[in-house]
Amino acid sequence: MTGADLLLLALGAVAVGAGVLVVTTKQLVRAGLYLVVCLGALAGDYLVLGAELVAWVQVLIYVGAVVVLLLFAVMLTRAPIGASDDLDRPGWPAALIGGGAGLGLSVLLVDAYRWSTVTMPGAGTAERLGEQIFTSWVLPFEVLSVLLLSALVGAVVLSRPDIGRRGDDAEASAGSLTSGGRR
Amino acid sequence: MRPVIPYVTAALLFGLGVYGVLRRRNAVLVLMAVELMLNAVNLILVTADTTVRAVLPHSGQVFALFVIVLAAAEIGVGLAIVLQLYRLRATVAVDDVALTEPPVPARPVGQSAEAAR
Repeated sequence: MTGADLLLLALGAVAVGAGVLVVTTKQLVRAGLYLVVCLGALAGDYLVLGAELVAWVQVLIYVGAVVVLLLFAVMLTRAPIGASDDLDRPGWPAALIGGGAGLGLSVLLVDAYRWSTVTMPGAGTAERLGEQIFTSWVLPFEVLSVLLLSALVGAVVLSRPDIGRRGDDAEASAGSLTSGGRR
Repeated sequence: MRPVIPYVTAALLFGLGVYGVLRRRNAVLVLMAVELMLNAVNLILVTADTTVRAVLPHSGQVFALFVIVLAAAEIGVGLAIVLQLYRLRATVAVDDVALTEPPVPARPVGQSAEAAR
């Protein structure tokens, strides 16, 4: 056991523990905050594994943006403050399938790697990753930008009820709009 | 570095995500469990980047970055759907949503388009 192994073990234990709390806690806001702990521990894992850029992108996008969006959604849906009992449905099938998936994958991976060691390759700095992205992976990168744009447009269309209807329906809703202008 | 440690961590996180998606009733909590699964896959990709010597260096980390971007797009559209559901039904419990029900009319029944004008 080297220092890296101990760090990976500790951070993995923190991540799994926080993940257990995310899926079992009775309080909605606390689930979001435990998700921050879990994602932060995973960012530490990435740092130990030599993926510097991925670790900082994880902190920026997941901890910074995704969790904030989730907490906004918790507030906008008027979630109750404090513990609520109706968050779960009775779940023996869930425990069976989830536990089966987790333990089955663990057994497969333990059987495949069996306490072997590997030497760490060079760290994934922004320079090296940028070189790879903009030489070998340019096409997926561009497709991903189109996907982000369409996700943006889709979110706007979904959250505006006055676009996307057709015929007299749309005209009726346009007539009843107080703000004018449907575009 | 022993790769079995992060691999087992990722497998357990994926199992927790599956459990959360199946167990939770609140749609926002379901999205959080989906995030757990996506992060488990990211951890697999980053660990595989250290154990598999590929022709292109750091492919696993590039894929992890792509998955992070996909997760950001997914959470944006998913939360738009959840908020729209809350606006229509005043609830975000996923097992209250009837899949075969026709959409709720936007205006009271009986009021025609002519009357609306």
